[in-house]
Amino acid sequence: MPILELDNACKSFGSTKVLANVSLSVEPGEFVAIVGFSGAGKSTLMSLLSGLAMPDTGAALYKGKHITGPGPERGVVFQNYSLLPWLTAFENVRLSVDQVFKAWSLQKRNDHVERYLNMVGLSHARDRRPAQLSGGMRQRVALARALATEPEVLLMDEPLGALDALTRATLQDELERISRLAGKTIVLVTNDVDEAILLADRIIPLSAGPSATLGPATEVSIARPRDRKRLNHEPLFRHIRVSVVEYLLDTKRTKQAATKRPPKSGLLVPAMEPSV
Amino acid sequence: MSQKSVWEKRIGLFLMPLLGAGVVLLVWTLTAAVFADNLPSPMKTWETSRLYILEPFEKRGELDQGILRFTWYSLERVAKGYSIAILLGAPLGFLLGMSPLFRGSFDPIVQILRPVSPLAWLPLGLVIFQKPEPAGIFTIAMCSMWPTVMNTALGVRSVPQDYLNVARALKLSRPKTLLKVMLPSALPYMFTGFRLSLGIAWLVIVAAEMLTGAPGVGGFLWQEYNALIYEHIILCILTIGLVGFALDRLMGLVEQRFRTA
Repeated sequence: MPILELDNACKSFGSTKVLANVSLSVEPGEFVAIVGFSGAGKSTLMSLLSGLAMPDTGAALYKGKHITGPGPERGVVFQNYSLLPWLTAFENVRLSVDQVFKAWSLQKRNDHVERYLNMVGLSHARDRRPAQLSGGMRQRVALARALATEPEVLLMDEPLGALDALTRATLQDELERISRLAGKTIVLVTNDVDEAILLADRIIPLSAGPSATLGPATEVSIARPRDRKRLNHEPLFRHIRVSVVEYLLDTKRTKQAATKRPPKSGLLVPAMEPSV
Repeated sequence: MSQKSVWEKRIGLFLMPLLGAGVVLLVWTLTAAVFADNLPSPMKTWETSRLYILEPFEKRGELDQGILRFTWYSLERVAKGYSIAILLGAPLGFLLGMSPLFRGSFDPIVQILRPVSPLAWLPLGLVIFQKPEPAGIFTIAMCSMWPTVMNTALGVRSVPQDYLNVARALKLSRPKTLLKVMLPSALPYMFTGFRLSLGIAWLVIVAAEMLTGAPGVGGFLWQEYNALIYEHIILCILTIGLVGFALDRLMGLVEQRFRTA
């Protein structure tokens, strides 16, 4: 049985239809990447899965049951870190651990936080506030915060979108390692096709908005662990890359022809998204 | 080069304010000499006031005390009124910021009460409490509450949606969200409100003491006007200004601490 499902979900904000008939089915243990343009509605799709927003029509299901709100079984890594600036790295992670493992002793909770900070390589920065951390470090704290609650599903909304290219590459490699170790079901939303290929078992393109919908899925049958240097020479990598990018650009052209709007920015260009 | 800039800094820090003070003293002296016969000159003001300044805590009689002793009475009064203002204002601000129903119902009233002068509140305080002391404190509280209310409400409305999403994703309870997310996020705004409120509380003290005749720096000012000792009016004005300045700086430091945190 799929662990996460969207069944013909539609979502509008005001008169703009953001998502139209989105259907998605994620199996336990699977790493699914959803790739789409900035502003296409990726964050909205993520909100439906996390329970921060409800679909207007259709359904969002977790283990076959309707999602009625956020829950600790679905950990979220937000697009812009969303760390609380008045708390240290340690305290940010502790806040979520306190909430999910209320029954544990203080010692056990502290050890638990320590372990996850260590996993993302931030033990040395545990007492620093977000303002004193680099973008990459902040994102690691956010990742540790989500992982420390030991969710069954990890939802990552463009977790590396705000980072520079080099930090991004480093963290991608780390995500690859952590996701393999954790063995969790992961849904990653990104605008970076290479990132998706490096990390995911399955890539699903989200067509250009408005009325975005999911396109045909592509299995990434490249063996793990994946090495970004070798990946470039992998014929399958190039094949997937070309087919996903072409599908996305195609949907954009059709949309533009239909709506006659001036061409907008392409992939990998940050743009405003409706925040939910 | 750097030596020179250090000197320039010192000149900016000390000499220029002295220059400003010199100009004001000159204008004051000329005004007193040329067309305001009753206005005491700076020299005369010092002569008459020196006893109150040099023995600032002396108590010679109920209406004849050192200037800092009077100031202390006033500060006590302000502390009481200001505490009430904050204890009422902060929760009121939170309600205004959080609940659209509450804001819709009470924001118009707040906007109407906000610009009311202390001179208007004091008689009402006397009517309600029948005694001058609580009436004064009531006036200070009623006048100084509003910046805290408005800034707290603004701070609560400005809590980033991201933080609230974190709270929702973690399923924090309502009280916990309030305490762990909204309050820390709104705190810098609240401290701006606290600082402005303190400024107003100190501003109101003179009016409150004048009308109630309570001992304090404002009461002393009014009493010395009636006793025709005009030098002491100027002494009181300067004291009120200096104390207000010090209070503002003090709150500014506290505010700064919370801003960086």
